[in-house]
Amino acid sequence: MVISGIRLPMMTSLIVWAVIWEIAGHTDAGFILPPLSRIVWRVFEIVPTASFLDALLITGRAFLLGNAIAIGIGVPLGILMGRSVIADRLLLPWVNLFLSAPLSALVPVIMVLFGLGETTIVLVVVLFSMWIIVLNTRAGVRAISPSLVEMARSFGANGWQAFSRIYLWAALPEILAGIRLGMIRAVKGVVIGQLLVSVVGFGTLFEIYQSHFLMEHFWALLLVLFSFAFTLNELLAGLERRFAYYAASR
Amino acid sequence: MTPNIAPAEPRQTPGLAPIPPVATRPIVEVKSVSKTYAGGVEALSGISLDFPEGRLTTLLGPSGCGKTTLLKIIAGLIPASGGQVFVDGREVKGPGPERAFVFQDFALMPWASVIRNVAFGLELRGIAHGEREAIAERHIARVGLKGFERKYPHELSGGMRQRVGLARALAVDAKVVLMDEPFSAVDEQTRRKFQEELLELVANEGKSFIFVTHSIEEAVYVSDRIALLSRRPSRVSAIIEPKIVRGGDPEKIRRDSAYLDVVEDIWQQLKHYLD
Repeated sequence: MVISGIRLPMMTSLIVWAVIWEIAGHTDAGFILPPLSRIVWRVFEIVPTASFLDALLITGRAFLLGNAIAIGIGVPLGILMGRSVIADRLLLPWVNLFLSAPLSALVPVIMVLFGLGETTIVLVVVLFSMWIIVLNTRAGVRAISPSLVEMARSFGANGWQAFSRIYLWAALPEILAGIRLGMIRAVKGVVIGQLLVSVVGFGTLFEIYQSHFLMEHFWALLLVLFSFAFTLNELLAGLERRFAYYAASR
Repeated sequence: MTPNIAPAEPRQTPGLAPIPPVATRPIVEVKSVSKTYAGGVEALSGISLDFPEGRLTTLLGPSGCGKTTLLKIIAGLIPASGGQVFVDGREVKGPGPERAFVFQDFALMPWASVIRNVAFGLELRGIAHGEREAIAERHIARVGLKGFERKYPHELSGGMRQRVGLARALAVDAKVVLMDEPFSAVDEQTRRKFQEELLELVANEGKSFIFVTHSIEEAVYVSDRIALLSRRPSRVSAIIEPKIVRGGDPEKIRRDSAYLDVVEDIWQQLKHYLD
């Protein structure tokens, strides 16, 4: 963006909003929305604490495991649905249903079934992230040029070779986009899951901060999670751009 | 013109070794093959055709006549509804290592470098990395792409991409090379250059080529034998052996009366499909 001849760096708008936040924090609203400077200060205070690191470890583990499961099931399932009409007819309504359903409502059900532990959090992450991965992979596979598939067959590719050397790569731009969107949803899933379970990970911290009305701590924790989600998104978008060069020429 | 079905004379190419005479057994035999697509569209109706070994045979016909369908049945990519295809004496049940396919739209893997694309057939056969790259390098040089081994398809022109497709088909050292309108997506200058190089390949490689085109001139220029297919449901309407004396100046051949007569004759036969 250029204003009166000066090129402004990309993040300039964030500074404007940060200033507004800071000012708002010094008014009466500071009661619920403390000034940004104090929240940032608080971030450095809580991050090294044992309870935060503990929560990060538990959450990170559930997040990674959940995503790994979602990718491990979602990608092959998407490829299957993209290739087989029967599988597609059978599964597509369910995938669409789960993609649009208010999944948070299912979290208590999972809690009842799997208890108040890590399994529940992992399952919630899977439930949040898997469906978009399936749909994106399916779209990517359906967009593969038929001659590329014929090429692989004519040179003698078996099913596994066609999967690992053609389908996976040809659909990679869509798969990566699906994984990125899935991970963003998984951040939601993991936070919602922990808030509802509220005895593990960040859920405990949120619970403590809220019940003691520690708004600075509360916002600091949110800020950490927001920046985590944002950084993750940017990293994956960067990876996506590395493979986008062939998206138009498949 | 009465279709000439006598075996072609062995021809001499100056500066090159004489081609061995046509073998008695055809390398590819198509026996009353028919194809009806789901939905009842009848593409091929009882086609029988022999393809002599070491020669280039062209399937020529109006667009939509099923030439590509027949080629893909020979390739084992689509099953025939009736009849049989034999390649090198064995019945075709699917794709096989004695056949290699060159695609109209090149069908290159855009995420893979030129050398990996060329070596792909060898990779699928489990040949070790070093060995298959050495073979691929030789074939990349053979099609005139030396120095482009590490480039990606989107960095190449259409003509160069088809050279990659050709090198990939040559690299697996198949007896039969199946080419589906390979030059239709490249510009005219490149196309003519490709035709010259194709003739050279047929003369030197000792492979059999089955070529699909809708261009009469191209068919007459490159073929030893042309199977003229009628409109859908397709039958073989004539077999033509152009018997062009090659090896001279390409421009001279294209003005040669024998060449022009064959082109005209085929045009007369195909014209009535135009209505």
